Amino acid sequence: MLAFPQKIVGYVNVWQHLPQRRLETTKEYIDKKKVQKKDEESSQQRKTRLQEIKYKKEKLEDLIVTNSALRFSIPKSHMTKVSRNANMAKLQAGYLFPEIARRRSAHMLKYPDAQVISLGIGDTTEPIPEVITSGMAKKANALSTLEGYSGYGAEQGENRLRAAIASTYYGDLSIEESDIFVSDGAKSDISRLQVMFGSNVTMAVQDPSYPAYVDSSVILGQTGQFQKDVEKYGNIEYMKCNPENGFFPDLSTVSRTDIIFFCSPNNPTGNAATREQLTRLVQFAKDNGSILVYDSAYAMYISDDSPRSIFEIPGAKEVAIEVSSFSKYAGFTGVRLGWTVVPKELLYSDGFPVAKDFNRIVCTTFNGASNISQAGGLACLSPEGLEAMHKVVGFYQENTNIIMETFTSLGFSVYGGKNAPYVWVHFPGQSSWDVFSEILEKTHVVTTPGSGFGPAGDGFIRVSAFGHRGNVLEACKRFKQLYK
Amino acid sequence: MAGVCTRVTRNLNMEKLRNGYLFPEIAMRELEHMKKYPNAKVISLGIGDTTEPIPDIVTSSMANHARRLSTVEGYRGYGAEQGNKALRKAIAETLYGDLPIKDTEIFVSDGSQCDISRLQLLLGSNVTIAVQDPTFPAYIDSSVIIGQTGDFQDETGKYQNIKYMPCRPQNNFFPDLTTTATTDVIFICSPNNPTGHAASRKQLEQLVEFARANRSIIIFDSAYAAYVTDESPRSIFEIPGAREVAIEISSFSKFAGFTGVRLGWTVVPDELLFSNGFPVIKDYNRIVCTCFNGASSIAQAGGLACLSSDGLMAVQSVVDYYKENAKILGDTFTSLGLDVYGGINAPYAWVHFPGMKSWDVFTELLEKTHIITVPGCGFGPGGEEHIRVSAFGHRECILEASRRLKSLLS
Repeated sequence: MLAFPQKIVGYVNVWQHLPQRRLETTKEYIDKKKVQKKDEESSQQRKTRLQEIKYKKEKLEDLIVTNSALRFSIPKSHMTKVSRNANMAKLQAGYLFPEIARRRSAHMLKYPDAQVISLGIGDTTEPIPEVITSGMAKKANALSTLEGYSGYGAEQGENRLRAAIASTYYGDLSIEESDIFVSDGAKSDISRLQVMFGSNVTMAVQDPSYPAYVDSSVILGQTGQFQKDVEKYGNIEYMKCNPENGFFPDLSTVSRTDIIFFCSPNNPTGNAATREQLTRLVQFAKDNGSILVYDSAYAMYISDDSPRSIFEIPGAKEVAIEVSSFSKYAGFTGVRLGWTVVPKELLYSDGFPVAKDFNRIVCTTFNGASNISQAGGLACLSPEGLEAMHKVVGFYQENTNIIMETFTSLGFSVYGGKNAPYVWVHFPGQSSWDVFSEILEKTHVVTTPGSGFGPAGDGFIRVSAFGHRGNVLEACKRFKQLYK
Repeated sequence: MAGVCTRVTRNLNMEKLRNGYLFPEIAMRELEHMKKYPNAKVISLGIGDTTEPIPDIVTSSMANHARRLSTVEGYRGYGAEQGNKALRKAIAETLYGDLPIKDTEIFVSDGSQCDISRLQLLLGSNVTIAVQDPTFPAYIDSSVIIGQTGDFQDETGKYQNIKYMPCRPQNNFFPDLTTTATTDVIFICSPNNPTGHAASRKQLEQLVEFARANRSIIIFDSAYAAYVTDESPRSIFEIPGAREVAIEISSFSKFAGFTGVRLGWTVVPDELLFSNGFPVIKDYNRIVCTCFNGASSIAQAGGLACLSSDGLMAVQSVVDYYKENAKILGDTFTSLGLDVYGGINAPYAWVHFPGMKSWDVFTELLEKTHIITVPGCGFGPGGEEHIRVSAFGHRECILEASRRLKSLLS
């Protein structure tokens, strides 16, 4: 199936067809002419005929040259006959965060002396506590010894780590070690879940939301085309989350879908759903026979009594999968470690356990998280490790407070921040990419434009609280200067 | 199990998969055997799992990197999804030397098994694939999961819509391309898992020519390139014309003992284009940025150490150790009058047991010598009558296995 993106001119492949057609045309003409008596043709008629052929040839050559100039600026080369995956063609531009990184780099080239501060990509900045890194160093060194060397690990993760995750985070929620699948992070898990679900499921996301849910859905073929007027992909149910509805979707207006992606505490809005809201969400999923994919990557940032796991809600085990990560807890953004919980009670419509299929996916398309990262994870969940993680999280929470106070004092409506390392600032009536660019240009601070997370994110800027204290304070100083 | 079902239909592609991926199945049988004979010393020459420690020069660099993550200067957060620049450069320069592979064409990953699936995600469900028969199961299973295939047919042992290219002693373990129908994608592994055969330059030239003529894409798995002993090519890109038709996947697993550490890479040349002229590398980059978040920075630090000149020497000596194992095993089977293939350019010996079913041979070997191998039919119907014996193991275990085999089969 050929993909036709908006600009057709660059993609028309004239090469395939023209040589053959030209040959056919000439051949047909010759054959036709053979039927006529040769001596009936006067020299004048012959001259005209040859001129016609020459003219046609020149026209075709022009066409070839024009088209090859319009193609990609690579020399005429071999093309395979493999059709580009039409789903890939649906994607709009690049994934959001590399795009932000690109703009940041461009800005740094433009202003080589500027001290650019990044509060854009939610990238951790503080060193990992020693109790954790020494666990990883120890494991690395052990791999050089006979007794300490280990090869392939279980694809689902090391038993001790699975048990530690189960007892630390799901202790009294009766989630077992065998329900836990250790991974190299939430982003990979989201795609593995999508591969498992396949292309014939429908999905709902919050609007705005972490881009990987939507993009992975497009890639798997669950969606229709991107509709530029509404900035949404066909066949995805977007659940608006804004100040008016307290950043929790009005479920009475949400159509049934097979899968519902829900992130709480939320990236990008920073909102943490209440127990009451999540109870309604679980009921909604149950009534619709849907599967809830619950992203709890920021649970440790909760400062009030909002639920930290979907499994705190009774009945959730029959409707929900939970995805989580060590990235924002332990600064493991580069180390790569996370996990997914698939309860035994979660069943497809034919009664087949979802966990069995996820296990098969994990065994076939994955080969386990790095054993060194897993050793780090185990160290994280020791009493000393937990305490150390809480300290680092506390540091980022303090950053969040500083940023919130700054924007509040400048008269902005500010959301999130209390239960997440993100501050969601409202710029009513303004295009978020314009605000992003203005802030970057005038303060050299990188943020993230809300529309990058979905159409309902427009008019908002996400400010992430990951940064050295000095940088956060400096950024806030610059914000104050810009918006005073 | 009693409970409330959702109304979500199970992915039909998952239903098509045959029960149990091969290696967990073998692991299960091993466990059962160990329960039956608790005192037996089971020797595993089954799953190709490395056993020898990783050289110090590599692990100390990983330990250092880990420790530096606790310092302000040394802490790093998210890395580029395509991999650390220095590592990409080192792979290009050290492993592809004089071949014009750019660092920007290299995508560092957490291993081939993941890369194969990411490539399938890239290709989508509307492509046709060809695989060798026998073959590493992940190419087939990932193809089923993505939806490229029809149902499994018990009579033939094959999935519909996959082209199986027989690789036998008779055709020198390389598909007879004159009788091979064209598909969009061709998976080739060389040195081969499980047969151990390394394709010759001539064979690969024919393959590239075939792919160019039919305008297919070759996915070339060179995970065992380090085991090549003779003049066989170590990369598909040694063949002129390959850049426009091939993707190469490779791994540090069998090269550096990184089976648990998780590190590999994929090469997608700039010149590789879809039928509409769109560069494959652009789409693969998007997949990597959307469905992945980079290999562990610690593993990448280890990879960089492997590619230093001292590191290369150190990991190569471990590879040589396994190659010596392969020779011992190969010689053992040969001395028993069996036809043995592979073993010279790969850490696998492919032993022929004419007229016998491979699961029966597997079971008999396990029962009588307490040695785990892999039944050839697990790699496809073309693997029947063969057993794969892997050369990963401590030397004493290899020698002991050798003794047991000699006493059973002589």
